[in-house]
Amino acid sequence: MAVESVGAQQPARVAFYNDPKFRSIAYQVVLCVLVVLVIYAATTNALDNLQRAHVASGFGFWNQAAGFDISQSLIEYSASVSTYGTAFWVGLLNTLLVAVLGIILATILGFTIGISRLSKNWLLAKVATGYVETIRNIPVLLQLLFWYNAVLKALPDIRDSTKFMGSFLNNRGLFVPEPIADPRFGWVGAVFFFGIVSAIGFYIWARKRQMATGQQAPILLVTLALVVGLPLVVFLVTGMPLHFDAPQVGRFNITGGLALQPEFVALLLGLSIYTAAFIAEVVRAGILAVSHGQTEAAYSLGMKPGPTLRLIIVPQAMRVIVPPLTSQYLNLTKNSSLAVAVGYPDLVQVFTGTVLNQTGQAVEVVAITMLVYLCISLFTSLVMNIYNSRVKLVER
Amino acid sequence: MKRVFGVVALAAAVFVAQGASAQTLKQVKDRGVLNCGANGQLAGFGLPDAQGNWSGLDVDVCRAVAAAVLGDAKKVKFVPLTAKDRFTALQSGDVDLLARNTTWTESRDTTLGLNFTGVNYYDGQGFMVRKSLKVNSALELNGASVCVQQGTTTELNLADYFRANKMQLKSVTFADADQTVKAYDAGRCDAFTTDASGLYSERLRLAKPDDHIVLPEIISKEPLGPSVRHGDDQWFDVVKWVGFAMVDAEDLGVDSKNVDEMMKSTNPEIRRLLGVEGNFGEQLGLTKDTFYKVIKQVGNYGESFERNVGSGSPLKIDRGLNKLWTKGGIMYAPPIH
Repeated sequence: MAVESVGAQQPARVAFYNDPKFRSIAYQVVLCVLVVLVIYAATTNALDNLQRAHVASGFGFWNQAAGFDISQSLIEYSASVSTYGTAFWVGLLNTLLVAVLGIILATILGFTIGISRLSKNWLLAKVATGYVETIRNIPVLLQLLFWYNAVLKALPDIRDSTKFMGSFLNNRGLFVPEPIADPRFGWVGAVFFFGIVSAIGFYIWARKRQMATGQQAPILLVTLALVVGLPLVVFLVTGMPLHFDAPQVGRFNITGGLALQPEFVALLLGLSIYTAAFIAEVVRAGILAVSHGQTEAAYSLGMKPGPTLRLIIVPQAMRVIVPPLTSQYLNLTKNSSLAVAVGYPDLVQVFTGTVLNQTGQAVEVVAITMLVYLCISLFTSLVMNIYNSRVKLVER
Repeated sequence: MKRVFGVVALAAAVFVAQGASAQTLKQVKDRGVLNCGANGQLAGFGLPDAQGNWSGLDVDVCRAVAAAVLGDAKKVKFVPLTAKDRFTALQSGDVDLLARNTTWTESRDTTLGLNFTGVNYYDGQGFMVRKSLKVNSALELNGASVCVQQGTTTELNLADYFRANKMQLKSVTFADADQTVKAYDAGRCDAFTTDASGLYSERLRLAKPDDHIVLPEIISKEPLGPSVRHGDDQWFDVVKWVGFAMVDAEDLGVDSKNVDEMMKSTNPEIRRLLGVEGNFGEQLGLTKDTFYKVIKQVGNYGESFERNVGSGSPLKIDRGLNKLWTKGGIMYAPPIH
């Protein structure tokens, strides 16, 4: 019986260039080299062209005096002494302000609408449906222009301002008294901080105890007492160390106080309302993805509707909600660059607008701006991915 | 492998497109049409009408250059540009020539890589306010909100002026001229600022033009002029001398109506201008009768001024500084010699 060993069968020799492994590596190497070459060529080409046209290049402009005014700034900025670099930070902070507030507002509004659309109340469900279908089908730029012009047109002129409780509302914005802390207010702040720390401590202790003994602690009440009640007591004991700087009517404008400008309000409203429509759909999809059997199972174990929603439905829905929700957050942040249409001084308006135009250094300025948006988006993704890894299905 | 070739081809395309920037005259001739960066929103300087026909003082610069280079003032493709985008459009070669009421400044001439070919309108920045505010001088604007368009020298002058006079400024900045005027009209700002010529032009667009006045102060020098890219001297010369020829023509009393008669003139200056004597057009790389074509088709500087912004237009701006040097203004062009 001739038994031929299987191992003796040598694989047919193929030319190295027909070897799939070699081929796949070679293709990738060639592609990488080409990509690098293209980037290198584009960069040197751009530099050459700039040099030939005697256009300034480099980042020397960063420390030059800016010389223009910015209508809203979270940090110290003045046309006379501030640099283009400071103008960049002003713009960036304004972008972050509107993005963060927009994300919070859009999330609240989006969850409310999304849950309403699933409501058994016919009217509520239909209103929510109408909202989603109207808002998400109109371009966001048009909505911003609508809000801006609606806000400006609807509000009274500055000389017929609506007044209430020391505040003024007109087409220049909302002006409210600005709280100014006296030195003793530091105590209230310190106690507030202490309250937060001890509330977290209590929460951890309560969780541990519940795990061990099954006993529940009144977490909400204790947290409220520590974070709100305690500082309030200190505030009253120290004799209310806070006074208000009321806005005053000047020759042209209202001076003093805190001002909320219509450009900011229009942008915030426009972005939040637009993004909320998408978030609502994401939330609806997430909740519908949880089988109704889960609810019935929870009820049959004797759980109440509240804890059922909180402990059974939402954690499972979040798995479906979080990834698309991240995209919506990123969209909102990037859409905030439309601020330029309504005169809100965000990063694009200040930096890619005025600074670019004054310095003429389009390549540098646009590159910086793109890098900044990339960083903001990657950071948002990172945070949401960490959160996602906590809520996602744990596979064993 | 096809995809890889595609990448190479794309890279090559980028190269070729950007490599040739020093031969604008040849490019324009080959293309048969002049790409001209214009305003598109400013009556008197650059604005298309309902039929899409452009007119304006700056538009005439483009038409004159087209008449000189291509022999036909209609062979212009107008590219409407915002204040913010205009320089990038010129730098990148999207337009051959920028004639968009642009102020000639040192930094634009140097770091922005532009060459200004002359001044076609001597302007200055002013303010417009509501009559009901009872403001008579810009110095009374302490604490006022001012609407301003982004990416302009206006934005810097505004901050400078308020700073120099120790006044509080609240500026509201927009990218777009339309939105700026709309916001002012809606009462968002107390004052609107731009070049004085622009104030008169924009006032016509307000809901009630008569409720607004232009304040007497002119806070800056704004010499407006066309510009071209650095690094192409031939093209720079062409645009520069087309502008000068229009002023020289007015100086010599040659206009679009009498230009054919003037061909018979015995005045050597006129003969040189119209190409009867010498080869001045050819020195620019064009034809002998270059300036004749410009004057025949577009007219001299004075005609262009009156037609677009002066007494023959709705703006009715006084020529003021823009009168010829012989008539009390400062409009002056070097001789064709």
